Amino acid sequence: MPGILAQTLDLLAGWRPLDTWIVVTAALAAMGCSLPGVFLVLRRQSMTGDALSHTSLPGIVIAFLLAQWLNKLGWISPETYETARHGVLFLGAMVVGVATAVLTEWVHKLGRVEASAALGVVFTTLFALGLILIRTAADNVDLDPDCVLYGTVETVVIDTLAGTGVPRAAVLNGLVLLVNLGLVVIFFKELRISAFDPALATTLGINATLMHYALMAVTAATLVAAFESVGSILVIAMLIVPAATASLLSRQLWLVIVLSLAVAGLSAPLGHVMAIVLPPLIFGRLGFDSVVDASTAGMMAVAVGMLFAAAVFLAPGTGILARIVHHAVLVVRIAAEDVLGVLYRAEEAGMASKATEVNHLLENALKAGPLLRGLAMRTLIREGKLVHDGAIYRLTPAGRDAARAVVRSHRLWEAYLAKHFQLAEDHFHDSAARAEHYIDSGTRERMAEELDQPGLDPHGRSIPKES
Amino acid sequence: MIQRSNPEPFTEHPASSPLTIHDMTVAYHRKPVLWDIDYNAPKGRLVAIVGPNGAGKSTLIKAVLDLIPRASGDVKVFGLSYRNQRSRVGYVPQRESVDWDFPVNALDVVAMGLYRKIGWCRPVTAKYRKIALEALDRVGMAGFARRQISQLSGGQQQRVFLARALVQDADLYLMDEPFTGVDAATERAIVAILRNLRDTGKTALVVHHDLQTVPEYFDHVMLLNMRLVATGPVQEVFTPENLRKTYGGKLALLDRVGHQMTLSGGGQ
Repeated sequence: MPGILAQTLDLLAGWRPLDTWIVVTAALAAMGCSLPGVFLVLRRQSMTGDALSHTSLPGIVIAFLLAQWLNKLGWISPETYETARHGVLFLGAMVVGVATAVLTEWVHKLGRVEASAALGVVFTTLFALGLILIRTAADNVDLDPDCVLYGTVETVVIDTLAGTGVPRAAVLNGLVLLVNLGLVVIFFKELRISAFDPALATTLGINATLMHYALMAVTAATLVAAFESVGSILVIAMLIVPAATASLLSRQLWLVIVLSLAVAGLSAPLGHVMAIVLPPLIFGRLGFDSVVDASTAGMMAVAVGMLFAAAVFLAPGTGILARIVHHAVLVVRIAAEDVLGVLYRAEEAGMASKATEVNHLLENALKAGPLLRGLAMRTLIREGKLVHDGAIYRLTPAGRDAARAVVRSHRLWEAYLAKHFQLAEDHFHDSAARAEHYIDSGTRERMAEELDQPGLDPHGRSIPKES
Repeated sequence: MIQRSNPEPFTEHPASSPLTIHDMTVAYHRKPVLWDIDYNAPKGRLVAIVGPNGAGKSTLIKAVLDLIPRASGDVKVFGLSYRNQRSRVGYVPQRESVDWDFPVNALDVVAMGLYRKIGWCRPVTAKYRKIALEALDRVGMAGFARRQISQLSGGQQQRVFLARALVQDADLYLMDEPFTGVDAATERAIVAILRNLRDTGKTALVVHHDLQTVPEYFDHVMLLNMRLVATGPVQEVFTPENLRKTYGGKLALLDRVGHQMTLSGGGQ
């Protein structure tokens, strides 16, 4: 273990400004993507994001060709070419984004194909069209399919803004993030209602269809900006996974948005560190010394996937861990209530002062094993409901009140069953032994009222009064 | 065929009728699901829209609200097209039409009814939250304002929807099955609110499934089965004979002609 830590630190000692710029650019790109992603996930249109990342390809190629053509015609000067190219690129992506949505709807309605199948038809066809365009126009376009698919975040510092050391990609993704943040803040209300209840939104004058197209356009533009950094495939991870992770962690929209940004932002440093550290650690040990680092974009997708897995496990209230803890607490509470019930019944039978009998009952009348029983009794003693005095366990006054409630629940439930169910008398007990742990004072009150304040259960035992 | 036993809608100027549907046909894939609907809603009345599954009850409401296209016919709300009268119409969609896991609380949902009043791009301020809270109080849900909507029971969710309609302060309400899947207490609460709306001169058209409660809850009834079978005051129109006509299966010929329209690609 110390060896691994030392090697990790050693590997990270080589961190240069280049690495910082990679992380900053990737984080900005991921955060920019996560904002439209939140609304795609909430609208249950996550796969539309996947589709858009594919259909943008023909948009990019056509925009490239258009920009070059305009350049040749002399409509845009070489000085402004770089800026104009980005403008045309965004425009192309947005048009294709809306076209994807419209085409999908057409195929769905006119072709009478199920909605997700329509999406599948449209985006694969447009993607294929994009690939063909790249092939046929390859001579004229300095567009490398590899760089579209996988991104080139490792080389961001090559292309910096003149006069500053700031990579162009960082500026671009930063701007996109700012625009998206602005849009979310300004149209928060409209985005929320058209995602939650599009029909009502439309009747209120907020055209949900137009909002859908706008979201598609913004998503496509965001994707195009992020392509150069993280590639067209991995960008889907940044679009969907942060939002899905945040939805697990919060039930408030603004917090979901903030958490998505945080998860997306965090995935960049995590991913880059993993890309530097993991290959030598893993492959070096396996004897593949030639593997020295991995794709940062790829590792970001892995990192964000790990954050999602952590959320699944740790989410407050709904996470796997929370459910395990909740279940464990419930099991101990049920065992403790069973102990209370046993001691209360011993008191009823006048055996509470006979140590041998009480211990015998505690050991044999409970379903819980010795470990759980011990845990339950310690809990009761800590709560001041039980004392171990001399050789015998006794209920405290507080414990007796709690025990009375449990026994009252049990016997009221039996009386209730006797009234409404055709059951043999010896069947009541098992049901009541389960139900007694879930019946609160309000339910007891209603049950007693319905049964006309019964004094005896079906076995003829007295139902204790509420304390 | 269509009985109009109630003269009242015609004694008033048409402009004051909350809803006038003129010869409306709605089709899915060219196959009409609602044929030639002619209807005048009476002002200040509770109207039950009643009919079997697939009769086009929800379709009628959605077509009136321009949510789905009409193949023919037109709709007037207080004498003008719906476009110009949006603010006077409140809509309560079916509860199942939205995702109740959505990260919003009850107050957020009720405040949505105010979005038109608040206007584009403006935030929901304290003033509007207060209005929304008052509406929640009216439906007996003030204690649940901050509750995430997935943690509400079906009846409570329906009350939230109703509160959202109340804050719209509309003159005509179109409600799609507000009574479906609610508990007895919620049913009573909804009825009380409907009566209160009526007493303040508002009109509500409510898709309703429970035939037994129609005479108790509603003044008027619209019997629908792809066509308008009968409309008018409950005591005159809600007769066993009309119900038999409404529920006694679809008109075989209507179905046949509709099918042929689909096949031949006509029907507009």
